[in-house]
Order: sequence, then structure tokens, then C-alpha cells
Amino acid sequence: MSPVVGLWGVEKIFGSGVRALAPVDLEIQPGEFISLIGPSGCGKSTLLKVIASIHPPTAGLVRWWGRDFTHVGSEGHRMAFVFQDPTLMPWARVEDNVRLPLDLERVPASTAAPQVRAALEQVGLGHVLRHYPAQLSGGMKMRASIARALVTRPDLLLMDEPFGALDEFTRDRLDGEMARLCYENGLTTVFVTHSLYEAVFLSSRVIVMAANPGRIFGEYHIDPAIRRDDAFRLSDGFAHMCRDLSQMLTEATHATFAGAEGVSP
Amino acid sequence: MNPRNAARLGLIAPVLVGLCTLGIWQAACRLFAIPVYLFPAPSDIVASLYANGPMLLHALGSTLYVTLVSLLVSVLLGTAIAVVLVQHRLLQASFMPYVIILQVTPIAAVAPLIIVLVKTTSMALVLCATLIAIFPVISNTLIGLGAVDPGLEAYFRMHKATRVQMLLRLRIPSALPMFMAGVRIASGLALVGAVVAEFVAGTGGNSAGLAYEILQSGFQMDIPRMFAALFLITVTGLVLHGGMTTIERLLLGRWMRPVT
Ligand SMILES: Nc1ncnc2c1ncn2[C@@H]1O[C@H](COP(=O)(O)OP(=O)(O)OP(=O)(O)O)[C@@H](O)[C@H]1O
Ligand SMILES: [Mg+2]
Repeated sequence: MSPVVGLWGVEKIFGSGVRALAPVDLEIQPGEFISLIGPSGCGKSTLLKVIASIHPPTAGLVRWWGRDFTHVGSEGHRMAFVFQDPTLMPWARVEDNVRLPLDLERVPASTAAPQVRAALEQVGLGHVLRHYPAQLSGGMKMRASIARALVTRPDLLLMDEPFGALDEFTRDRLDGEMARLCYENGLTTVFVTHSLYEAVFLSSRVIVMAANPGRIFGEYHIDPAIRRDDAFRLSDGFAHMCRDLSQMLTEATHATFAGAEGVSP
Repeated sequence: MNPRNAARLGLIAPVLVGLCTLGIWQAACRLFAIPVYLFPAPSDIVASLYANGPMLLHALGSTLYVTLVSLLVSVLLGTAIAVVLVQHRLLQASFMPYVIILQVTPIAAVAPLIIVLVKTTSMALVLCATLIAIFPVISNTLIGLGAVDPGLEAYFRMHKATRVQMLLRLRIPSALPMFMAGVRIASGLALVGAVVAEFVAGTGGNSAGLAYEILQSGFQMDIPRMFAALFLITVTGLVLHGGMTTIERLLLGRWMRPVT
């Protein structure tokens, strides 16, 4: 069975000459929850955007479900992207914001309506569907943005630091809901984060990246069968994993600095 | 103080100031026996309003007609011009200087030329008023159409939105607050343009407006009628402003405070 997304020898060099991605190999299997973590500027967002085909790679091969990007969007091969900002339309009610991707695909209203309601229920916003974004808190706006991604019933969900701007309590709660949503539905997810705790809590596989040039430094596997709840967050196992991952991150950061010394004038 | 009381006070206070001013004005005129042809008391103005009612109302109709027609033309033409200019950077660079030249030339200086060139008086008046009212529509619509949230634009593009979808569902709604602010400013300028043009044209007869009434009252030393006409112009301006603010609020109120 072909991976959901496969990247082989993918490089990205920006016009400015920045080597954002040195050759990267990555195969994402169905149902995986992958976190990308690493120091700022190591190319996490760039890697995610290559996966989303927002950026074309400079070299290497990317395949979605074993095929090229033109097949993405068809039934069973849907992809959704959640940005760091909610990017909602301020002039549209929550339900209209969530319906946007269906409208752009010209899905008839009768089909769209139950899907929109279901997506909003999934993120716990069933009671504010007639509200405007300005009437929502930061956390609720992010939920609406996630509902807008879920409404297309994606098979692959890409998220770039979706909860980075939220306070810790809200972030923990949304992490819990995200984990439930993704694991219960077997949704394949790639999640960029700055937070090591968030990565451990959510992921079945954490990809640690290093910078200069951006590359995959190492991987950390976490049993996907673990229930992602508050008990997990407080467990010794969780603390152990955080410590292991923290060590790996430190090594990745040193590798970064050593590499940086090598190239700086 | 709770917010409702504060809001009530915000309404009552200016009314009180107005009533006091009128009272003092009336009392001063009577007390010092100021002649009506020098400075009329409020009661004299009300009497004049009543006595010259039909004539003043007719003049009001004329002025209002010129104002509203030029506002309509400004909004339609101004939006069309902005939509064309926004299509290409070069187009905007080539024509914007002329739009600005149009804006910085005082209308009172151009009006005599227009009156001479355009045969029909009402058409000349509309042209004058449109010339100054159109500028805020063009410039605000241009700014509005350019002010699209880059995140949303990326989202639309990622979902393979067509040009038409981009325009209808992203650009136009994004531009609406700036556009409405432009229309509100244009409504005030259309009235200014109409009044200035009437002064310059100085035409009486059927198309005599409020400005003509003011001119005539001046010649005849009928100062109360002058005040009455002025009062009607002010009320027109206020009603236009209030109407525009209401439309703005209805269109945008819930999601965004109008641009001020
Ligand atoms: N559009 C672009 N044009 C040129 N250079 C870019 C562009 N986007 C990113 N870069 C560069 O590529 C490198 C990787 O950037 P990227 O945004 O992927 O990092 P990141 O790991 O997501 O960082 P952060 O954690 O701060 O979000 C950086 O050096 C950045 O300056
Ligand atoms: Mg980033």
C-alpha cells in the first residue's frame, strides 16, 4: 500500500538562496499523527507547504496516495490545511465561513448544510453557528478554522502551529479534542508545533528537524494505542517521553549550531 | 453610571445645549431689540420658514435632486473607475495623477467654466457636484479592493477559487467598509458641490435651489429667509449623513465597526 504522502530526496531552495530543505525523505502512513518539531527557521513550515503543494520542491519527488497532485481533492484523496491564524472572513457568519470550501467546490446547499452542522458539532461550536467571528474568543475562532478544514471530510489534515497563539489552558483543551478527533476517525495528520509537550501528547511519530540546512534529524515513536487524555499528560510515561524528546531536540539544536558555524563567514 | 444611563445622557446633553442656545439667542434679540434685518431671532426664522414654505420646499427639492443624482452618478462611475484601475498597476499609475488633479482643483474655480460649457443648467449643476463627490468613492474603493487579508487570499488560492469567486466572495466584501466610508464622505461633498454650483450659476426659475434662495434673500435684505434656507441646507446635510451612517451600520454593523 502506498503511503498517504511520500517525499523522496525533496529539496527546497528559495530564490533568495536559502536552503530551507536539504534532501528530505519521509513516508506518511495512513492513520499516523505526525508532529514536526525543531528550532525556529529549520524548515517545518516549508516542509508542510511542500506536502500541501503550496511550494513546489526544487528537487526530489512528492507523491500523494502514490499519484501526482492533480488527483488530490478527489473522493478519498482530500487534503485540508489549517493555518497559524484562523483566517476567517469577518463579514460571514461562522456557518458561512465553515461552508466556504464546499461553496468553492460548488457543493449544493442541501448537501453542504448537514456537513457544516456536523463539522461545527465536532469542534463544539454547534451553538454559535450564527455568530460573526468578531463575537468569538481566540480559541473559538481556531475551532471554527478547524471545522472549516473538517467539513471537506479530509483524508489528510495539515496544521501549521494552529494553537501557537493561544493560552496554555485553551491549547491543552484543544489538543485533547484534536487527539480524540484524529485518532477516533483514523485521520492522517501532520502537525507543526513549537511545543515539545504538545508533540508528545498528540503524536504517534515526532519528526525532529535541524536547521542550516533544514533536514530531518531524528524520529521519536509513541504508541498510537495510548489514550490521549489528562491522565496521560500527568503520567510518568509522558514525563519520560518528554525528557527523551527534549534530549533529542537539544542534540538537533547543537547540530544546527555546529552546521551554522561551518557555513558562516 | 451604567451604560444605558450614559447613552441617555449622551442624547439629552446636546439637546439641552441646543435649547439653551436658542433660548439665549431669542432672549438676547428681544432684550437688545436687535432689528430683524440685522440678526433675526429664532422665532423670526420659524415665521419666515412658515411664510416662505412652498417656495423654500421647492428650492429644497431642486438642491436635493442635484445632490442625490450626483451622489448616484459618483457611486456608480467612481466604483467602475476604481474597478478598472485596480486591474493593473500601470493603469492606476497612469490615471491616478489626473484623478488627483481633479480633486485638488477647487470646485468653485471650475464651476463657472462648466456653467458656460454645459447648456442645461441642471446637467451643469450635477456635473459640478459629481466632480467633487466622485473622488472619495474612487480612492476609498481602490484602497478597499487592495486591502485583502493575505491569509484569506492564500486560502482561496489553495482551494482553486476562480477569478469570479475571488472577486465576489473575497475582494468585494473586503472592500465594503472602505467603500461605504467613501460613499458617506461623497454624500456630504455632493451637497457642497450642489450648493457651490447653484451659487455660481445663480439661476432662478424652475431650477432655483436653496443657494439661490440665499442669494436672493441677501439682495432683498430678507435675513430671516436667508437663515431659513441655511437651516434647510444644514438639515439636508444631517439627514444625508444620518441616512448613510444607518445604511453603513445595516450593511457592516455586526461584523465590523464602520471606518471613520
Ligand atoms: N517564501 C520564502 N522565501 C524565501 N525564504 C523563505 C520563504 N519561506 C521561508 N523561507 C526561509 O526558509 C527557512 C525555513 O523557514 P520556515 O518558515 O520553513 O521555518 P520554520 O521551521 O517554520 O520556522 P518557525 O518555527 O519560526 O515557523 C528560513 O530560513 C526562512 O527564512
Ligand atoms: Mg513556521
